Amino acid sequence: MFRQVAHRLLTRSTTNYTTAAAATIRRPYSTDVSVDTSSGDSDFVEAWNKVAPNIDPPKTPIQFMEPRPPTPSTLPSKLTVNFVLPYASELSKAEVDMVIVPATTGQMGILPGHVPTIAELKPGLLSVHEGNDVKKYFISSGFAFVHPNSYADILAVEAVPLDRIDPAQVQKGLSDFTQKLSSASTDLDKAEAQIGVDVHSALNSALTG
Amino acid sequence: MASTAAVPFWRSAGMTYITYSNICANLVRNCLKEPYKSEAISREKVHFSVSKWVDGKPQKPTIRSDTPEV
Repeated sequence: MFRQVAHRLLTRSTTNYTTAAAATIRRPYSTDVSVDTSSGDSDFVEAWNKVAPNIDPPKTPIQFMEPRPPTPSTLPSKLTVNFVLPYASELSKAEVDMVIVPATTGQMGILPGHVPTIAELKPGLLSVHEGNDVKKYFISSGFAFVHPNSYADILAVEAVPLDRIDPAQVQKGLSDFTQKLSSASTDLDKAEAQIGVDVHSALNSALTG
Repeated sequence: MASTAAVPFWRSAGMTYITYSNICANLVRNCLKEPYKSEAISREKVHFSVSKWVDGKPQKPTIRSDTPEV
């Protein structure tokens, strides 16, 4: 009985969809599909023209969407990075050679042609390498998405260039939280103190490293 | 099927990811140098009013604010 269920899940449906519906059904790797959004749903436009021939049909939301940039067949030479914060956009479609992000599994380097990845970031250093320039930011936490078309989206809650960090505050914070960690009683207090120790030691190593 | 993925220490202590992320961001903001620090802190101030609804009617609202009451 289970073999039949698995077989049905694996066979793809062969129904034909209208253009508008085809643009919205899920596909693996939607970067392979380029959506023609200029004309809109042809059935809707025909029906509209029958009823109101002198008025242009209204645009549907999908016509306003820019299709995702397609995956090139040869390896692109540059990585396109979108580095955003909740209140500002640090880098928008910036073409760079490499980005090193502080993932929870360690420092991860992203080059053009990197395998599609979703990485959770821990407090640490982000460096953007373009030719011989390196720009470094300290990130508080966030996520990094690498897409098949060599676009990388880096989302962080707080990102500061290193020269805006005050080393005295960092040291004070580190010693305060280390002390709180040893005197913490409840699980939640211990977790907060541990987070404090982690963030301040990451800040410390970012400043000194 | 028991999930064997290791949970981060903050989740096993009952904290959600959003709380963790906000705590990290607040700690980083507190370590900034002066003009940037006050900009960052004032940027993150919130002021809002919350009311619970019972039987389709809002109850008395509570105001949560980072700006001191005048």
